[in-house]
Order: sequence, then structure tokens, then C-alpha cells
Amino acid sequence: MDENFNYRLWRYDGAQGELIPLLQSAQDHFGYIPRRAIKYIADVTGTPEASVYGVITFYSQFRLQPMGRYVIRVCDGTACHVSSSRMLIDAIEDELSVEIGGTTSDGLFTLTTVACLGCCSLAPVMMINDETHGKLTPAAVRKILREIRRRDAASKPPQAGGECAREAGA
Amino acid sequence: MPFITINIDGREHTVQEGVTVLEACKSAGIPIPALCYHPKLRLAGNCRLCVVEVEGWKTLQPACVTPITPNMVVRTDTPRVRSARRTIVDLLLASHDCDCLVCEAAGRCELQKLAYEYGLDRRSRSFIGDEDYVSMPDESSPVLRYDRSKCINCTRCIRACGEIQGKGVIAAVNRSRDVSVSGGIVEWSDSKCDGCGECIQLCPTGALSVKARIGVRDWDVRKVRTSCAYCGVGCQLEMWVHEGRLVKVDGADVVPNYGSTCVKGRFGHDFVNSAERLKTPMVRRNGMLVPASWDEAIGRIASELERIKNSHGPDSIAGLASARVSNEENYLFQKMMRAAVGTNNVDHCARLCHASTVAGLAAAFGSGAMTNSIAELEHASCILVTGSNTTETHPVIGTIIRRAVREHGAKLIVVDPRRIDLVDNATLWLRQRNGTDVAWINGMMNVIITENFHDKAFIAERTEGFDELWEVVRQFTPERVEEITTIPAGLLREAARIYATSPASSIIYSMGITQHVTGTDNVLSVANLAMITGQIGKPSSGVNPLRGQNNVQGACDVGALPNVFPGYQKVTDPAVLEKFEKAWGRDLSSRNGLTVVEIMNEIEKNGIRGLVIMGENPMVSDPNLAHVEKALQNVEFLAVMDIFMSETAAMADVVLPAASFAEKEGTFTNTERRVILLREVLPPPGEALPDWKIICRLSGALGYPMNYSSAAEIMEEIAALTPIYAGIRHSRLFSEGVQWPCPDPTHPGTRFLHKDRFSRGLGKLHPVDFIPPDELPDDQYPFILSTGRILYHYHTGTMTRRVGALNEYAPGGFMEIHPADALRLDLENGGRARVTTRRGSIETEVRVTGRVAEGSVFIPFHFVEAAANRLTNDALDPVAKIPELKVAACRVDRIGTAMGGS
Repeated sequence: MDENFNYRLWRYDGAQGELIPLLQSAQDHFGYIPRRAIKYIADVTGTPEASVYGVITFYSQFRLQPMGRYVIRVCDGTACHVSSSRMLIDAIEDELSVEIGGTTSDGLFTLTTVACLGCCSLAPVMMINDETHGKLTPAAVRKILREIRRRDAASKPPQAGGECAREAGA
Repeated sequence: MPFITINIDGREHTVQEGVTVLEACKSAGIPIPALCYHPKLRLAGNCRLCVVEVEGWKTLQPACVTPITPNMVVRTDTPRVRSARRTIVDLLLASHDCDCLVCEAAGRCELQKLAYEYGLDRRSRSFIGDEDYVSMPDESSPVLRYDRSKCINCTRCIRACGEIQGKGVIAAVNRSRDVSVSGGIVEWSDSKCDGCGECIQLCPTGALSVKARIGVRDWDVRKVRTSCAYCGVGCQLEMWVHEGRLVKVDGADVVPNYGSTCVKGRFGHDFVNSAERLKTPMVRRNGMLVPASWDEAIGRIASELERIKNSHGPDSIAGLASARVSNEENYLFQKMMRAAVGTNNVDHCARLCHASTVAGLAAAFGSGAMTNSIAELEHASCILVTGSNTTETHPVIGTIIRRAVREHGAKLIVVDPRRIDLVDNATLWLRQRNGTDVAWINGMMNVIITENFHDKAFIAERTEGFDELWEVVRQFTPERVEEITTIPAGLLREAARIYATSPASSIIYSMGITQHVTGTDNVLSVANLAMITGQIGKPSSGVNPLRGQNNVQGACDVGALPNVFPGYQKVTDPAVLEKFEKAWGRDLSSRNGLTVVEIMNEIEKNGIRGLVIMGENPMVSDPNLAHVEKALQNVEFLAVMDIFMSETAAMADVVLPAASFAEKEGTFTNTERRVILLREVLPPPGEALPDWKIICRLSGALGYPMNYSSAAEIMEEIAALTPIYAGIRHSRLFSEGVQWPCPDPTHPGTRFLHKDRFSRGLGKLHPVDFIPPDELPDDQYPFILSTGRILYHYHTGTMTRRVGALNEYAPGGFMEIHPADALRLDLENGGRARVTTRRGSIETEVRVTGRVAEGSVFIPFHFVEAAANRLTNDALDPVAKIPELKVAACRVDRIGTAMGGS
């Protein structure tokens, strides 16, 4: 286990009920919860590995697969749905060759849907990481995605997805 | 507890207060269906099948979690109740893969029974699920299969693993309709599951099943109860037999294991079906072992032994009996050696494990065996485990220790140089330097006496020699002990206080205490500790050496030792000698015979020329193998009885095929002194015979006829000559066995020893000073080598290495080394290394792990291709003649690159 990861677990002091915060800090660090983190957390907390795995699979917030560097959350709530959010999703799936829940092979994008982003006046809406995009059309969506891809290629060489995922708080 | 009256289905029943409605119904003989309920497990109350009507309640009540109240009126079989249960079964079937035609569980499946009972055929079911719940089963475990589509989420397996086994490796995963159980992360194999199979036995459906398809239906097999052939726990097993083959093993729900067993007990008996079993006698002709008739083989042994006896005297012949065969057979073997051959040169591998226990505890208490019963350990308030990797060597006792801690709040103190699995459950772990046991035990006594925790009344009334003991113990201050053992003084003090002040403390020890040149000293020290604190002679409290092999206790009890007749009656005692001469009708030798290691030494000096070995494999089990190999090559005549062509049998002049434990009647005596029955489950293969029949033939050929019609008849003779077995008869053993001492046929047996007086009268406290191990690390051999066992294999592997699943868990030998040492020597996990001592050298796989301390190496001894005993030291304890298998100095060298090996 690398030094950095141990540091991320600093707040564990042996108290009961710390499992979920530990899993969150592991996910913050890696972008998902890798197998070695499960083993490590099981070990330091004295919880059987299968129980840790059980907790991870119970909560939808935890991921066992790496996420892309850009997480797309397309709103499919009532307002967006009647504003044809389905068309946005189709466009993204087509543009990125990825299905809902999937990550592009270059590790850049992960496509998810959410029930409501709370800005129905801007419907249809999506968020990419912390940025919100409103009043979208399929063409606008494609443009945004291509722009991100262009900017990303310019800033650094392409990387595979996985443990290079975003730093906590980034 | 008082009784109260309740009304069930219109009839009054008087039941114990505090029980649940389900238990009350059960005791009244009224069946209540339940899937999540199991009497051994805590209540889950989740399947709702046990619902009943209770007057005064609007809704149906789950019987399993509803306590009874006075004058309660319960109805268990109304249309409303039946309808509710029917709906539940219907819903369970909606997402159940009903392929009962080929399901492993058909016939014993509890869901199948209910579906049939409630008439839920395909046409009358209200709920039909879609087919997408059917998934591929998880077959990643070497021994079990988990089929999610047959899982009803009753959580019995989760509770069985946690509550009964104390392991807790199984958990519920996922959400809502995807919920299933998992023994690991994603896959079963990716876990700490050790394959004990408790979960399979308690699974109500086919969700968890034995991986190797049995291929025979529950109702087609014959089920026979017998005793396990592996360790000294003596698990009672139910063997499933079909057409002369063993097809499955379950734990039998009786003392001492109550349904539990380990991976070897449940999955490790395939060897009886092995094609490699010896089926005919073999004799060596022109250097080759070739098949022969029984008459020829027996004749050859008899004539060779006669020849040697006539020219060199009876003491030039020796016999090795076996801790793996029955009491009756060991009795006959030593009787043959003593009466037919005329020598006391009979010993067996107990010499290599607990000779120091027999010597030490006999000196301290007057009898050398486990003082308490296995079941009592669960209720000890403090358990001190030292030199015993219990969860691997005596797995069912390991689970009982875990239960004592997890379920009953016992304090567990582990004193061991390795970080064994029990450390996870321990209150305290003391890591001593190998071979410094006398020092830490003296240190604990020093603390106890200095802090006034010793039991003065017990010392005064029950023991002698306290002042002499104190003269030695006073020098072992915790600070001095820390220098010798590296155990921090503070930890030692804490451990001493917990042990001394707990209401019922029990010591468990094993080879880590006994296999030293100071083995007897170590045992005496353990006995001292128990006596000065009064932690002996009461339930759950005493000194408990765990005997390794299934019948090592019995083999010692019935006299397969060179200095005693059956029942530890000394051969040098004229009265005893006379008694046995009269009983056996021959003049007997009053000279103590030779021990295992001494026999090997004498062969080299031509003192021993003929050797008969029954079911032992010294070519893997004994220390300093190069020496043993030379001895067995040089001995004039060697005869071996075994079930396989072991490494030792391959060197013999005559090999006789023996029946395995499953192919004969007889008794074993387990580690808690319980005499337990063996049944003939299968016929022996080919011409193989039970050892007792072989011995009868051989003894007859040697001019001392033995005529017994059954093993039971032999036991009657043992009982007549052996006071501690006097009341034991096969006819008494069918249900639970009997624990010796059992002085007469009406005596119920003895649960724990030394209640009001020690067997020798007063307990003797022996002052013991610390002596370092025989061989200490130096510049040339800088590491301490220790050897031991692992869960998946047994002893020399003659049996377990012929079992596929066990080999999958543990395919070959390895050495454990600390990460810091590995770094220094440039060793990688999975790479190869050479380990060398003054006696030999082996190559093996490297495991880098913090289980061993820095400067130490651990090697399991099961694997002949990397035989740890090529390395071990055959220096002997002067009293018990046990070799120092636990400490040797060694060096470690890397071989080749980690990738290529060599």
C-alpha cells in the first residue's frame, strides 16, 4: 500500500462505525475503491473482506470500477425528461460510444444519469464534474464534449483510466 | 427455570418459561416450518415461514422470535396461517432456480419439501418471476459451489460462519433483489474462507453445495457414523457410502464436534477411494517389491525375525506402532512385540510430539493427558494458548476458542513466536523468542507471587514443593525475562494478572512447548503455573495438551511405549510384570526399551537389526532425515504395514496392505481422553486387512497365536488389564463414547481430571531453570528455523496429498520469512530459496510475511520434496527423549531469479 494511501486513512483511530468514512476517503483518493483498498480497510478495521464488500455494494455512492476524469451526469428528472433529455443521452452514447454507467476506453468520460439536478428552469440539463450546462440540444452536447476532449489532449498526453483519476477535492 | 402453561392448537402444554413459541411447539412435538431458523444459530426472524396465530394479536406472529407468555393461546395450523406460509413459499419460488432434477440438494432441500407440502406446482403458483435471476454459480472455491439463483437469503451460512466457526468470512452483498451472499470480494476464492463447509451443512437449499458433484441421491446412500482419521479432536462424522465408495462426509451432530468439522474432515477422505491404495502384500525379490500371497509375506517376516532373534537376541528387534491406527491394534502390536518377540523396543510417533507431556504431567499431576473436556473450553473465562496453532492443527477446538472469545467474552492470551490466526481474537499476544518458554512462564509466576495473586489455600492443601519453586522463580523478574524472551515486561505482567485472576483459566499447549530439548521442563513449568494459581481440577480450568494425531492418546494409553505396559504401568515394576506375564502367558522383559530416535541410532550401531513398522512414515516425520534414511537402508530387515506405498514402505523388505480407518471396527481415544468408536464403513480394497488381523497372523507365525473374533473382544482384554480403561466396552460407545479414567462398566467416565486430588496425591511443583535451545543462531547459520503443520495437510501427507481439493489449497511446500529479512537477502514472494542447516538442505518457495518474527523461518513439514525434517535437529530432551523439532539454526540463500526459479 503506498504511503499516500496510508495518509488518506489518517482519521481511523480504531473506533467503531468508521468503515464508511474510510471507504469514502479511499474513493476520494482513487476515484473508485480498488481491491487492494478493500483488503487494506478490512485489515485495519478487523472487518471481514466480504462484509466490507457488502457495504460497498449496498450503497450506490461507492464504485468498484474506475470513473472517467469527466463524470457526466445527465438529468432525467421530470422537467428534463419532458424536454427530451433522452435525446441528449442518445447523442452522448453515440458521440462517446459508451452506455449509461460506462466509461470510455480512454478513461476520459463516464456517463451517468441522475433523477434531478435541482435547476429545472434550465432543462434539459447535465453536469460534467462540477460544471452545469443548461438548455441543451444534442448538437450543443456534442460540441461541449469535443471541446473537453480537445482541451484535455492539449494539456497532457492521453492516459488510461484507473488510479490516475482525480485527486480528492479537485 | 419455572414452567408455565400455554395452549397450542387447543391443548394445554407445560413448557419452560423464557422459550420462544417455536421452541415451545417443538418441545410439544408440533412441527413449525422455518427456513432461517436453526437451533444452533442466533435468531434472524427474516423468513417469516414460522408465523402462527396468537390470540389477542391482530397480525400473525413469527414463532421463532416471539417469547411465550402465561396462558398464551397459539394456533399453528389455521387456514390463515397456511395461506400466509403458502404465499411466502410461492414468493421464494418466484426467484428460485427450481432445477430440482439435477440439484445437489434434492431430497434434503427444505424449500423443496415445503413446495411439495403446500402443493406449489408450476400451474398453481401465483408468482412467476422472469428468468433473469438464473446465473452461473460461483465455483471458485476448491471445495464448494455457491449458486445465487438457489439462495433464499436466510443468512444461515453467514451466521454459521460467524457464530459457530468464529470466522465471519461470509457476508450479504448487494441490494434489493440482487442481494446474495459472498465469501469474499466478488468471488469466493478471493477470501479467507478455509473450506470447513459449516455453511454447506446448514444451507437449507442447494445454494451452497459440495463442489465435487456427488452424483448420488440422499435416499440412495448409506450413512454411517464413524470417527475422523485426522487430528486428535476426534470429530464424529457421517460418511455417505454408495456402491463401495465414499461419496460425501458430513459432521455428525454429537460430542465433541456437534456437526462442525474442518476442511480435512469434510473433504479430505477421498484417499480411501484412491487407486494407489495397497491391495496385495509385497515382498522384495531381486531388489524389487513384487506382489506376493499373505502366507508368503507373513512367512518371510516371521522367518527373518526368528533368525535375527536367534542370533542376536530379542532386543535386536524393534517395532513402531502407530498413532493413526486403533487402540485394539496398538494393544495387539505391543503385545506381539513384548510377548511373541520378547522385547520392550516398541514406540511410536508420540515420542516426537507429546513424550514430554506424558513425562512432565505424570511427574507433576500423576497422569499425562488433557485435564478438561473440549466442550468445557467454550466456557473458560481465560484461555492461554501457547505453542499451539490451534485453528490449523485442531480446527474444531480452534473454533471453540474463538466462540469462547466472541460469544462468551473469554480473554485469550496467545504466547507464540508466530503471529498465528488466533492472535486476531486475542486480548494479548506475547511474542517470545523461540525456545525461551521456561523463562516467560517463570516470569509470569514471579509476577503472580510478587503481586500476591497466587492461590495460597490450593498450594497448601493440594501441592508440595512451593518453597523450592520460589527459590528459582524469584530470579525471573519481568525485566530479566524481557532480556531472555523479548516479551515486554508490562505485557507479561498484564498476562499474568489476567490468567491468575480469571475465575476459570485454561492452558492449551501443543508442540511449541513439547518439541524442545527442554520439553519436559516446559511442561513442568506449565503445570507449575496452573497449580500455584489453583487453575486446575475444576470445570473449564486446567492444563490441556492438544494431542496431534487421531489416536496418539490411545496408542500411549494401551502401551505402545517402551517403558510402560497398557495404562502406563511400568515394565520395571515387578508386580506389574507379574500381572502381564500371567495374562499373556509368556516371560516378559523388565528392561525399558528404546525410543523412536534411539532405535534409529541403534540401527547404525547394529544394535537393532529387524524393524516392524505399522502405519508410520519416519522417512518424512522424523528429525534429521538423512540419518533416518541411512538407518532404514542399513537395517537388516524392515517390514511395513500401511495403506499406501509411503516413502518408508518403499524401502521395506515386506509391505503388508492395511485397511484404512473407514474399513474396520475399533476405537480411537481423542485428545480429551474420550474413547470413540470406528465403524466399518467400506470393505477394504483388494486383499488388504485390518492391522489387528495382520498382527494376529504374524504373531501366530511367530509361535504366539492370537485368536480374536472382533475388535470388541480385544477391547475386553484391554479393559481387564488397564485400570483407566476398565469400564470401557464397545457396547457403551455407540452414542457419545466414554472419557477415561473409567474404572468399571457402570462408571460414566471422567469429564475433568484432578477434581479433589491429583492422580499422584499432591501436585508436585518442580523448580525449573531456563536452559537455552541446543542449537542457537550464529554467523554461519543466522536464522532460527521452526517447523509445524498447516490446515490443509496432515502429517507426512500420505493421505492428504492424495486429495485434490486439499492440494488445490496447498499444492506444495514453502518457507515463511519476515519482510525485513527478505529484503536483506533479496528474496521475493513466490521466489525460490535454499534453506540449509548442519544436517541438510532443501529448496522451497518463499513466502514473505509478518507472521514470523525477524530472524526466524517457518517451514511446514508435510512435503517430502521439501522435507523440513532434512533440516531439523535430532538433539533429545534427556527425560522424554523428544527431539528438538522446533528450534534449529539455519541459513537462507536465494536461488536464481524470482521469475525463473531453478
